[in-house]
Amino acid sequence: MAAAARFWRKIPQRYNLIGTKCSACNKVYFPPRYICPVCRRAGKIEEFKLDGKGELVTYAVIYIAPRGFESQAPYIIGIVELDGGARVTTQIVDCDPKDVEIGMPVKAVFRKVNEDGESGVIYYGYKFTPMR
Amino acid sequence: MKIGIVGYGVYIPHYRIKVEEIARVWGKNPEAIKDGLLIEEKAVPGPDEDTITISVEAARYAVARAGIDPTEIGAIYVGSESHPYSVKPSATTVAEAIGATPALTAADYEFACKAGTAAIQTCMGLVGAKLVKYGVAIGADVSQGAPGDELEYTTAAGGAAYIIGAGDSLIANFEGFFSFTTDTPDFWRRDGQPYPRHGGRFTGKPAYFKHTISAAKGLMEKLGTTPKDYNYIVLHQPNGKFPIRAASELGFNMDQIKTGLLCPKIGNTYSGSSLIGFANVLDKAKPGEKILLVSFGSGAGSDAFSVVVDDSIDQKRNKAPLVSHFLNPCVYIDYAIYAKYKQKFKVATLP
Repeated sequence: MAAAARFWRKIPQRYNLIGTKCSACNKVYFPPRYICPVCRRAGKIEEFKLDGKGELVTYAVIYIAPRGFESQAPYIIGIVELDGGARVTTQIVDCDPKDVEIGMPVKAVFRKVNEDGESGVIYYGYKFTPMR
Repeated sequence: MKIGIVGYGVYIPHYRIKVEEIARVWGKNPEAIKDGLLIEEKAVPGPDEDTITISVEAARYAVARAGIDPTEIGAIYVGSESHPYSVKPSATTVAEAIGATPALTAADYEFACKAGTAAIQTCMGLVGAKLVKYGVAIGADVSQGAPGDELEYTTAAGGAAYIIGAGDSLIANFEGFFSFTTDTPDFWRRDGQPYPRHGGRFTGKPAYFKHTISAAKGLMEKLGTTPKDYNYIVLHQPNGKFPIRAASELGFNMDQIKTGLLCPKIGNTYSGSSLIGFANVLDKAKPGEKILLVSFGSGAGSDAFSVVVDDSIDQKRNKAPLVSHFLNPCVYIDYAIYAKYKQKFKVATLP
């Protein structure tokens, strides 16, 4: 149950890519930061919704999956540079590992991320898919 | 006051399995099945997709097409017979994911394959009574068919979301609806059971045909219309043959039927079925054209709607992906991958 509460606190980030932005230096933070490490006291942090479009910076194909992800192997984990400026580590779905390419345009989709066993809470959130 | 559709969105998963592949596993003649059911392939959800993820994608596209502020949505209803939870609504996750929370009402609906159109009727009532500005009605499913059962050739995944509102910026408006409902045990799934059961041929005449035809006739009588008044008819599509036969019995021709008939390519998406077909018609219809939409849910009931396309369709149509976007390209999978994605067997977890 502790996991459910921990996940629930992050719903704005997981569902809608809500980060923060320092209006003093225009730097975007995802996951959100509440103090700008560049501007420090002079910074002004505001909520900022990323639009979910971006480019694949790098990736790895996972063949030996951790528990709970065995049935999805092989799958792709990538780092995506979002158009708003932040980078996210994310699963790249609906993409054959042989078709994945660094630099490919991708967009956020809403997917099941994990579940707490057969009777536990299902955790949803963003993953990314090639832009078609 | 005209009540109608402010925006709509569709989502169909990326994966497909062909009738030939399922028939190969069970030693059946694929040509006989394709001819009997008029289906070639069906949409399969990815391993991380369910009714909630499909509903969210469709609803996000509907909001994009409507161009509305999601905080103005006052109600969300998700119709499905494959909600991921028995207790915990799909609608709250959808509401959160489209940015409509917290000032709204939300609930899940279940009426076999017609829960989505029941949701539209509820939203029409709330909008008509000026209790909410916009209501979202969703029909989505990742339907289940037992391995080896003839349902396995058709049970598919997909969904559609409709934002119901009033005023001048409507994509289409409702002239009226008529529902026909009886207690008919043609198809059911008991609580805790993984797969539904059905009455075989009993699902036809006393169930699908009686209810769809009665609802459509009831509506046309109520409005004083005839099949000639409609440019399109869209029916629920448990297979490719039933809707063609029902529409023909009502007096419609193939030109009126074909645009809304998607089952041969995507299968029966249950609560999404008639609503995805309806979206494909809206993708192509011109202002002033008239559509007869008829859903069917086992158990059993049909909702028939008479819809007139409005001027805003041309301005809003391309603000979100069309149905054709989801039809091609797609990835074909074999039965083993299909069984894995649909969790038809248990995966061993080593300590």
